[in-house]
Amino acid sequence: MRLRGSNKWRFLGSQILVFVWSASAAFADAAPPFSPTNIFAPASTPAKAIFGLSLFVLAVTGVIFLVVFSLLLYSVVKFRKRKSDDGREPPQVYGSNQVELAWTIIPILIVVALFMATARVIASVQKAARPDNAIEVVAIGHQFWWEYRYPALGVVTANELHVPVSNDDHPAPTFIKLLSADTDHSFWVPRLAGKTDLIPNHPNSMWIDPHEPGIYLGQCAQYCGTQHAKMLLRVYVQQRAEFDGWIQQQRQPATVSNAVSQGQRIFETTACINCHTVAGTVANGHFGPDLTHLMSRDTIAAGAAMNTPENLQQWITNPDAIKPGSLMPAMQLSDQDLNALTAYLETLR
Amino acid sequence: MSTESIAWPSTPVESRSFVDRLHEWIATVDHKRLGILYMIYALVFLMIAGIEATVIRIQLIRPHNDFVSPQVFNRLFTMHGTTMIFFVIMPFLFGFANYLMPLMIGARDMAFPRLNAFSFWMTAFGGLLLYFSVVGANGLYGAGNAPDVGWFAYAPLTSRTFSIGHSTDFWTLALLVSGVGSIGTAVNIIATVLCLRCPGMTLAKMPLFAWLNLVMAGLVILCVSPLTAAQMMLVIDRYLGGHFFDTQAGGSAVIWMHFFWVFGHPEVYVLVLPAFAFASEIIPVFSRKPIFGYPVMVGATVAIGFISMSVWAHHMFTVGMSSAANNFFVISTMAIAVPTGIKIFNWLATMWGGKIEFKTPMLFCIAFLFQFLVAGLTGIMQGAAPFDWHLGNSYFVVAHFHYVIVGGILFCFFGAFYYWFPKMSGKMYSETLGKLHFWLFLIGFHLTFDFMHIPGLLGMPRRIYTYEPGRGWDTWNLIVTIGVFFQAAGILVFLGNLIWSYFRGKVAGNDPWDAWTLEWSTNSPPPVYNFASIPEVKSRRPLWDLKHPDDPDWEYE
Repeated sequence: MRLRGSNKWRFLGSQILVFVWSASAAFADAAPPFSPTNIFAPASTPAKAIFGLSLFVLAVTGVIFLVVFSLLLYSVVKFRKRKSDDGREPPQVYGSNQVELAWTIIPILIVVALFMATARVIASVQKAARPDNAIEVVAIGHQFWWEYRYPALGVVTANELHVPVSNDDHPAPTFIKLLSADTDHSFWVPRLAGKTDLIPNHPNSMWIDPHEPGIYLGQCAQYCGTQHAKMLLRVYVQQRAEFDGWIQQQRQPATVSNAVSQGQRIFETTACINCHTVAGTVANGHFGPDLTHLMSRDTIAAGAAMNTPENLQQWITNPDAIKPGSLMPAMQLSDQDLNALTAYLETLR
Repeated sequence: MSTESIAWPSTPVESRSFVDRLHEWIATVDHKRLGILYMIYALVFLMIAGIEATVIRIQLIRPHNDFVSPQVFNRLFTMHGTTMIFFVIMPFLFGFANYLMPLMIGARDMAFPRLNAFSFWMTAFGGLLLYFSVVGANGLYGAGNAPDVGWFAYAPLTSRTFSIGHSTDFWTLALLVSGVGSIGTAVNIIATVLCLRCPGMTLAKMPLFAWLNLVMAGLVILCVSPLTAAQMMLVIDRYLGGHFFDTQAGGSAVIWMHFFWVFGHPEVYVLVLPAFAFASEIIPVFSRKPIFGYPVMVGATVAIGFISMSVWAHHMFTVGMSSAANNFFVISTMAIAVPTGIKIFNWLATMWGGKIEFKTPMLFCIAFLFQFLVAGLTGIMQGAAPFDWHLGNSYFVVAHFHYVIVGGILFCFFGAFYYWFPKMSGKMYSETLGKLHFWLFLIGFHLTFDFMHIPGLLGMPRRIYTYEPGRGWDTWNLIVTIGVFFQAAGILVFLGNLIWSYFRGKVAGNDPWDAWTLEWSTNSPPPVYNFASIPEVKSRRPLWDLKHPDDPDWEYE
């Protein structure tokens, strides 16, 4: 397991990279500039490794750009045909083997350096050892939402992934197995890691070890159908005690009081249960998100709307108003039934 | 050899009825007419796909915009991509290759004129099939309409489970049919270059244009074949109960990706090599110097051809390949930067010490050099696989490949249009309108595609019909959309220039650029059989030898 900074001094052994990595550490400690999904504000080891490499590549390509662009600009200005031109052809030069050799060898050397730096980061991310205390999550992509399962912890949830903070003193990385229930998707939370695709019949994996608590955003990055755009990702990074508390709470079955049994009856006698599960009841559908602890989530519809009673009612009666083309059908309910159903959903804490 | 003896004596043209003239064009097997048909066809589709792009950009001008629905948006980007690649750039490059190749190598026509006509009409039919889907694809009520699976149509989105109706079938058939046309033309180009060169023109004395198109044609045969195979497998999956890409029955979505990108990446070089070909003709003439390092340019071209066949999976760095596979595709992808870099340096060296004339074709080529440099460097960034884990499928990659295809390829095509327009029409284009087109398009291009990199770096994925506010993407998307209108204005000026100059332009004469290759030795426009007598050449610049008998090229080559 490589944690932040532990191998920075060996990285290529190059002075440039030492500088680059120090810069990256300074950069990453600041609040995310410009955007909550900025790839240059890494907050997890894989994202930081990529960030270090990207600065190196940007530096090399930046120098190449400056050199070649200067040459282009110089020749366009210097060798333009002037007003005072005598009309004679310039000296006809056919080539030079020495010059050709120079601009073949130098790029080859640059390519070798870039390749070695890249191979190093590929290995550090793809071949990272998995410690025994790693959190194991199975992420399953659906059209157009995310299912998260914690097999060792007995938790199933949707759209909002909770993981513990990981740091040098208490490393607790999260390893995510990526599956798809239908089409291709891609898991991309830029501040935590590069993207990895979720492909049916082709299990993938990735890992993150966020260093600071907070909410990290992202979204599906592989076109997966009509509502690819609103298949948003939210990762809640919590302190360990808080995360353990969340797990405890998610493991409970649904608690239902008699006062809202009317709503529960509607839920269990309509099409809702074909797709949704509420643990401990007859509802055990698997096409849609698990609703056992719906009210513990901040958002609905894979992050497309905040989880408020008004949005819930709109989502139930007219999902297209929030997310046109989503696979949630519009439920034809009377106002009375809708209110009872919403009241029931609001008890699912 | 003198100019007069090569040119065809001009004969008065009898006026014929419109139907007769139409019949002549439709039934033609003449490489020049087929070339022009290809170009007109490509221009029409350029308009259509350009309008699609404009609608896409209007939708993305601000977050949560609802100018079009997600369903329409998904069709638009699918049709925009498919059209631009298969029915704009491909016909453009085949059109130019058709028109110019026999003229540049001193031949009377392509090797197989009837195959040539067949290939054009197959390509044309393919484009019509694609757009017929808009009215013909409704398999189920309300389903169908235009394809909406993305231009690389990843499985299993194309399976009958997720693509109801016939829109995907029209997409598949359009590419199958036009692929037949592409392979036919590629065979024709190879046969023409290898068999029909005029006396004295050895392979080492061909214009670079011929070399680049020869390698392009070879790549077409190698890369379009797997695409055709994949399309057939998809049809088998959809209609004959096959399971190649059916992930629910043990098929593989990843194998489609391999098939598609084994086509898709060499295809990028199929598109860009003809652009290199134009730059390699235009830059020397307007710098008044021969191309620098001709043998190295040929070697670099062949190297690009070979290496381009081994880089495809750099489109797949995020699909979970082993680190060994990732490393292989990193090194092969970066390796291709070496011969490409050599080309840029040789073009620069060609300009170095010359007397550069900033005519419109040269302006487009200089902008091409700058933009292709940037596109190459952003390509290297994405070649570094871990960096690509962020950049892949983000707006950064969209900006990158538009930098290649618009900033590199389309700029060269515009340069080529202006450079050879006098030869094809016999009329000179308007230099004022040409420069206006250049500056409008340059400003629009940079507003759109420079700023498009930034939302990608800030986490914006491609192919989303809308986006959330508060991600730092709003301003950049606004600027990107504004640039589109400059580009559109530039294109309108371009079309206006072509039409106005065709009817009102000054007579161009046989050789308006004081150029050196054989097409400038015959009439403008060239007669049906190109040359009154087949020319003989002794060097790569036969017209230089003719114009400078005291200092001919063949003494140095």
